[in-house]
Amino acid sequence: MTTATVSRWDRFRESFVWYSFKRDKVAIISFLVLLLMVLAAIFAPLLAPANPYDLAQINIMNSEMPPVGLDGADPAFPLGTDAQGRDLLSTILYGTRVSLMIGFGAVLLQAVLGILFGLMAGYLGGKVDAILMRIADVQLSFSTLMVAIIVGAVFKASFGNLMFGEIAIYMLIFIIGIAEWPQIARTVRASVLAEKKKEYVEAARVMGFGTRRIMFRHILPNTLSPIFVIATVQIANAIISEAALSFLGLGMPETQPSLGSLIKSGFDYIQSGSWWITLIPGLVLVVLVLVINLLGDWLRDVMNPRLYKG
Amino acid sequence: MALLEVKDLDVRFAVRGGDLTALRGISFSLDKGERLGLVGESGAGKSVAAFSILNLIAMPGYIAGGQILYKGRDLAAMSERELRKIRGNRIAMIFQDPMMTLNPVLTIGTQMVEAIQAHRKISRKDARAIALDRLQKVQIPSPGKRLDQYPHELSGGMRQRVIIAIALLLDPEIIIADEPTTALDVTIQAEIMDLLLDLCEQENVALMLITHDLGVVSQVTQRMLVMYSGRIIEQGPTREIINDAQHPYTQGLINALPQMGEPGQRLFQIPGSMPSLKNVPTGCPFHPRCSFATDQCTRMMPEYVRSGNVDVACYEVANLIEQERRMQEAES
Repeated sequence: MTTATVSRWDRFRESFVWYSFKRDKVAIISFLVLLLMVLAAIFAPLLAPANPYDLAQINIMNSEMPPVGLDGADPAFPLGTDAQGRDLLSTILYGTRVSLMIGFGAVLLQAVLGILFGLMAGYLGGKVDAILMRIADVQLSFSTLMVAIIVGAVFKASFGNLMFGEIAIYMLIFIIGIAEWPQIARTVRASVLAEKKKEYVEAARVMGFGTRRIMFRHILPNTLSPIFVIATVQIANAIISEAALSFLGLGMPETQPSLGSLIKSGFDYIQSGSWWITLIPGLVLVVLVLVINLLGDWLRDVMNPRLYKG
Repeated sequence: MALLEVKDLDVRFAVRGGDLTALRGISFSLDKGERLGLVGESGAGKSVAAFSILNLIAMPGYIAGGQILYKGRDLAAMSERELRKIRGNRIAMIFQDPMMTLNPVLTIGTQMVEAIQAHRKISRKDARAIALDRLQKVQIPSPGKRLDQYPHELSGGMRQRVIIAIALLLDPEIIIADEPTTALDVTIQAEIMDLLLDLCEQENVALMLITHDLGVVSQVTQRMLVMYSGRIIEQGPTREIINDAQHPYTQGLINALPQMGEPGQRLFQIPGSMPSLKNVPTGCPFHPRCSFATDQCTRMMPEYVRSGNVDVACYEVANLIEQERRMQEAES
């Protein structure tokens, strides 16, 4: 087992992906920043000075404290506090966690649906293809935000605010996942159409393999590179969608804020001088989305078959 | 009973504006351990014939009629599930281009193990042992190492060895080899062909060799079929056909081969080219290119006549045989 992992690692270190990564400063920096943010988000409960979900730790008297370096700052709150007196650093750490969970969760759902339907449409063709792709077209003709607003409003009305707070994160994953699966399905279908004409697929059929085995075992691994590229971009998109929804008040409730709902909660106080409540989470969101997109760009260049396999 | 018997096989392609007939009334048989050659120009229907045998003609192609009897069971009428048990298991196939037929993202070992496990209930470890054994049989250097390598790490010749090893995995009774050496380096071609023949002989596997190399066919096969425009125009023992081809097309093919010892001579060329499936000439499809063509040839497709042990579809040959018979009668 150990020898196998070592050889895998060696293989990776000799690969073109690693080679081009080492040479691309933007990719390295983006990756390190993303890694830092993901780790900070995962270990938020250990890193954060306070727990923003714990009402007992919040003192309303601490509200709207500015970040360290400004007049009236308290060193206990390095990035200041929000209108409810929560430590902004802790809230941002927890908020990044929520945003990333929704981003990854939604893309996971998209990928499962998109790969399944894309493979079926591409490989089986004919009626299956026509029906699945028309469903995808219909899905794409609804704006994500519009669907989310309607579903969110219905959920909010039927579950009540308290219950809604608990299921909001799943609801957002579900909505964004459902709304965006056609993106992945179309990409997968296009590469399956190219792959299925290749001789190894014919050879697999000659060997007597079943349709499912050929689809998932033989064609799918060959279409992974475009899936990776689009999934990366979709994570950034999902995080933005979630932020937009939360900003409109249809996403995460303020008791479990995501980056989007933090920006929104601070927005009301921006006129009264507490700009940091909006600005700092906003910057974090921009950086997060930016590094993911930069990584996506790099990945697209690396996995471009004309550059890579040529 | 023959191992494989194809009777009156018709294969058509459904396209806009009607069906195109790719194979017309193909009949032949293959015995256990026999080596059969299938020759013809590009577009004659050789590969379509090979795929039809496994009932793997993809839409818009379909089998329009006839039977493909494998041990008496008709593959043309069999369910997909039953067919899958035969494909790769009892009848294996080797393709032309070894660069393309292996899945680029799976290791050789994975692909071989999977092929075994698709047909037999067997542990991974045992399957790997079989895979290793077959790799040794095809005389690949350091077979153990190859199992964990990806196709792109092997040379063309090695890949074709791997493909032969995969074809042999499940001890098939028939191997259909569709131009197995065309994509290889000339120096490797002979090596791979020898290997394939040795293995077929050792394991008593019937080989159906599709090629346009008459030299290879004459050296390795016992019987051969000559195809033209989706029809078998001549079939019989290889030696008889090569030494004394009856059909003008086969004669043309043989005359077109470069001969040793006649330097400076122009090679013979059959005038014209194979008709496209969209406008196959009426009557004998070869008549526009045939120097013996008569009115009769343009009207009706000729029936098969027997000359020696060879079946030929040609009016000219039929007329010659008839003349000979009359002369003999007149003599006696």
